[in-house]
Amino acid sequence: MAWHSALAVEVSGLVKTFGETTAVDRVDLAVAPAIVHGLLGPNGAGKTTIIRVLATLLRPDAGTARVLGHDVVAEADAVRGRVALTGQYASVDEDLTGWENLVLLARLLGLPHRQARTRAGELLDAFGLAEAARRQVTTYSGGMRRRLDIAASLILPPQLLFLDEPTTGLDPRSRAQVWELVRALAASGTTVLLTTQYLDEADQLADRIAVIDHGRVIAEGTPGQLKSSVGAGALQVRLIDPEQRSQAERLLSQTLQVAVHPEADPAALSAQVTDPHRVALALAELARAGVALSEFALGQPSLDEVFLALTGRPAGTDATTREDAA
Amino acid sequence: MTTTPTTPVVDQTLGTALSARARPPRAGALSATLTFAWRALLKLRHVPEQLIDVIGTAIIFTLGFTYLFGGALAGSTSQYLEFLLPGSLAMTVVLVTTYSGVTLNADHTKGVSDRFQSLPIWRPAPIVGALLGDTGRYLLASTIVVVLGLVLGYRPDGGVLGVVAAVALVLSFAFGLSWVWTTLGLVLRAPSAVNSLSLLVLFPLTLASNIFVDSATMPGWLQAFIDVNPISHLVTAARGLMGGTATAGQVGWVLAAAATLTAVFAPLTTHLYRNQR
Repeated sequence: MAWHSALAVEVSGLVKTFGETTAVDRVDLAVAPAIVHGLLGPNGAGKTTIIRVLATLLRPDAGTARVLGHDVVAEADAVRGRVALTGQYASVDEDLTGWENLVLLARLLGLPHRQARTRAGELLDAFGLAEAARRQVTTYSGGMRRRLDIAASLILPPQLLFLDEPTTGLDPRSRAQVWELVRALAASGTTVLLTTQYLDEADQLADRIAVIDHGRVIAEGTPGQLKSSVGAGALQVRLIDPEQRSQAERLLSQTLQVAVHPEADPAALSAQVTDPHRVALALAELARAGVALSEFALGQPSLDEVFLALTGRPAGTDATTREDAA
Repeated sequence: MTTTPTTPVVDQTLGTALSARARPPRAGALSATLTFAWRALLKLRHVPEQLIDVIGTAIIFTLGFTYLFGGALAGSTSQYLEFLLPGSLAMTVVLVTTYSGVTLNADHTKGVSDRFQSLPIWRPAPIVGALLGDTGRYLLASTIVVVLGLVLGYRPDGGVLGVVAAVALVLSFAFGLSWVWTTLGLVLRAPSAVNSLSLLVLFPLTLASNIFVDSATMPGWLQAFIDVNPISHLVTAARGLMGGTATAGQVGWVLAAAATLTAVFAPLTTHLYRNQR
């Protein structure tokens, strides 16, 4: 092995600008091998730009990035031989069939004719696409297209796989299938660097998460560490009688010992909870005082709440951002 | 909480499929280029519309001009066909070249290029391969025009060799011209913009040329334009080859033009391709 560093990805002081916009602003990032590392952030945070620099598609304006020990600028070719990218947009040819797409890429990766065909068939089987193999990709559903796109990255299993928003725009069932695939990949020892806008996705898949906002890493840690910085989540209650809202607000803030906010719905209240145990007490308190509830829910902290906790403002505000110059 | 039912796509076949395997030696530049040429031909099979409209145009122009104006322009339709067919061949192929820009632009807009560019292959392979594949398409278009001519009674004095040489010349010119459209394809934002702009350039060039009539009766300023129009030079040379009267100067001019276009626009395309966005 030619690399001296044990890290799969080592980024230091990375800057990338597009005209006036600074898409990536002095980012440092370290990704350990054989784990799933998530880049979490809203649209336009710079996640895609970071991935594109690491996949040698963009040159950094400043800073260094090493992938599997190789510099992405000076040793771009060495990097390309070890990584694979499944982009945010369909990176397969929609005019061709699924089978043709995989054979094409297998040939480009140097597999001889016969092996390229065998490998294409093998992957289509494994990804549940055997029946659609001879159909043009235009006829595929979003989930099928995504699976083909991921399969295309695995013709020669890479040491490092970039997945840019692998489930954006997918229905829940296809999303679950993609999650399964990512877990299987991680189990096979592949390092996966994935970007996502969804905290639950990062939570489900990633061993470590870097939160990106306005081109900067604003937090980094395990999903557990990240969530504990936010608290347990938001308690939402809806009263049967809106008249009782101020009474409920008082009771809740006393028991929960946090601020309780009235919602736009005149019967609804919400509060950021730090200790889930207190929620049970607070609900009992409401029942004792005769405040009847039609609904209550304790939500997982959302990306918005993570952002609110980390930046003091909701995700995606501050309109200077633009979508990752994709 | 409801659980979403999932069909198990992940099973032991996936485990096998994901297992590490030895990497084969990298694809060479030629192999990668030919693979991209294969892709272009596959696209032609799956999306034949690209060819049909251009072929349609060629047939309509050839038939229309021959039978509507042929008698009036050249005394008889068969004499006019003798004059028109090489021009028709050149025009058809030149119009088909616009698709190379459109296809490359579509690759970029859709993200397919991202995958190609993250592969360890010879950098210009996707473009050079696509253009080679396109040359296959130009050859198909040429064959259709020539066969149509033969059916209509065209008997070239240059013989088989003359026709083959004329087609080869037109293909070389088309290859050079394609680089202009690939450059445009990387500069413009949408495939439709590439299509409109390249046709906007090509229509005046094909119309204000010697494809349909000799320029002798035209006003001086138009003659001056036609004399410098590369399409006219291409048509003159093709006409010469098919009629058995071509001079080395006529053919040389076209080959030099094709070489110049390639020398200027091929590096420009590859540069833009590498440093896009």
